[in-house]
Amino acid sequence: MKQSKRIAKYILPVVIVLLVALMAVVPFFTDPYKVVFLRTILMFVILTLSWSLFSGTTGYTSLATAAFYGAGLYTTAYLGEKLPLPLMVVCGGITAFALALLMGAITLRLKGIYFAIFTLSSVELIKQVLHWYEINIVGVRGHYVTRVNDVTVYYVLLVITVLLVLTIYLIKRSRYGLALNSIGSCEEAAAHIGINVVGLKILAYAISSFFIGMAGAIMATGMLYIDSYVAFDLNYSFFPTLMAIFGGLGNILGPLVGAAVFTYLREILITKYSYHYMLIFGTVMVLTILYLPSGLIGLAQNIWKKLTTPAPTKGLKTEGGKHADTSC
Amino acid sequence: MISFINVLVNGLLLGGIYAITAMGLSLQYGVARILNIAHGEFIMVGAFLTFVLHTKLGINPLFGLAVAGPVLFVVGYLIQRILFKTLKDRTPTPAAFEGSSMLMAFGILFVVQSIAIFIWGTNVQGYSYLAYSVYLGDIRFSVNRLVILVISVLICLLFYLFLTRTRTGKAIRAASQDPDAAGLMGVNINRMLALCFAFGAMMAGFAGMLISMVFPIYTTMGMQYTIIAIIVVVLGGLGSIPGSMIGGFLLGIFSAIVSAKDPGLTMAAYYLLFLVLLLVKPSGIFGR
Repeated sequence: MKQSKRIAKYILPVVIVLLVALMAVVPFFTDPYKVVFLRTILMFVILTLSWSLFSGTTGYTSLATAAFYGAGLYTTAYLGEKLPLPLMVVCGGITAFALALLMGAITLRLKGIYFAIFTLSSVELIKQVLHWYEINIVGVRGHYVTRVNDVTVYYVLLVITVLLVLTIYLIKRSRYGLALNSIGSCEEAAAHIGINVVGLKILAYAISSFFIGMAGAIMATGMLYIDSYVAFDLNYSFFPTLMAIFGGLGNILGPLVGAAVFTYLREILITKYSYHYMLIFGTVMVLTILYLPSGLIGLAQNIWKKLTTPAPTKGLKTEGGKHADTSC
Repeated sequence: MISFINVLVNGLLLGGIYAITAMGLSLQYGVARILNIAHGEFIMVGAFLTFVLHTKLGINPLFGLAVAGPVLFVVGYLIQRILFKTLKDRTPTPAAFEGSSMLMAFGILFVVQSIAIFIWGTNVQGYSYLAYSVYLGDIRFSVNRLVILVISVLICLLFYLFLTRTRTGKAIRAASQDPDAAGLMGVNINRMLALCFAFGAMMAGFAGMLISMVFPIYTTMGMQYTIIAIIVVVLGGLGSIPGSMIGGFLLGIFSAIVSAKDPGLTMAAYYLLFLVLLLVKPSGIFGR
């Protein structure tokens, strides 16, 4: 038993390294469409993982992902031709980082549903103000972006994903990760044992937004045209939240699997059943929340448990992960 | 001065719609603890039901009250009973329920909207009914908006009386204050929650019917009204019926003033007002 656990400890890193290596060589073997497809998956993986880095652990449902993503897109729209690519991507991250610091600093008082509404409306506020600014002050709506080829975008996204997974892994292993988790379980208790609750929340929010901004900055180069309605589309807020819940919160694997499977399904639905796409999507969403509260990973864990437990005693319920354990 | 009074009057007339838009949401959140993001979708359905009845069958839009309201009441009742009740049983804590019920409402939003697009397409529709103005001195009143104001105030008053004077109304208020204690006193909580959600959907139907009389309608219009409803509800205090009434009129006047200055900034001003309000007094004007 002990030995198998020790082996299991090494399986995951090996699988991840193999997966990254595979992802790195894929563009040499497949057609351009597949690369674009994988690019979308990677983008959503980054968004979902970043979202769950903050919201999954602390239990604060942020719906401002679109704001940070849009901030990244707009950074490229303004700076795209003046800066080299890597610098531009980092700039996009920094813009989102600053925005998240600001937003985190003013939303401290809000909890639960109020935080979600606030973040949602700030996306809309930014969208409307930018739209007004472009039409009345600048006089031109939107920006054209110089395209970078898809393979480059793909590799940049892959690098961001690897960095993000590493960051999450390191944070989870450090005392800050534990502190974040304790905020998620019971914020008052966390404050009482001396955790700087406020500072930590803002920092985690800003770090997670940094990656979202970087993803936005690089994705902008594949878009040709950007305006405030394209950039600050609320779907970028809803999808990552949903993908994370679909996959299962609580560990890195859930959002990763959730985003990948979900994006894949979405892409297939859009191409094959474009008329019914929203209908199917909404139904899946309702069913997921109803029947898979602990996500795909939770489902897999439950099945695994049932398979490995020799004699399941009746009446003993196995409880999967919860959305956010806020009992305190 | 006259133009300012005109703006004020416009704001008041608009406020009636906002008030009734918000009341349904306030009920759903205040009692059933569901932040129903799909509220605007119910409004859209109410608007389109009225529109279809009026243009295809030639029925007076005001009669839409008798159709859109009850239809949405039944839909709301079923949705609460089948979906949200199950979700509530499955989620461990009330806080977790608030989060996941909001996400589920998103799912419902997508489903309702796509079915509506299926049936009614994506074109902007509209009809004109009582579209002329009367003057009182120099102040202009458009008749359809005046009718809307009267109807919405009447509905709000009736509903307020229902909540305060009847037995069911008292049970609903008890359920909103303390579900556990109310349950111990013999109130059928699950029935009350379903009723509240259904009443909320019915209000959305009324609001949709009123909106279709003065504004263009389209199948993706829901989100805009949901956001207005959320703003009004937070303005007046979550769960307070008089609060959403007064909040509605305040927002109506505010939006009339802003759009008199620069129509392009109306939406931005809504959000700004809302964010400032959330920061300064999240419990709203009448919040407990």
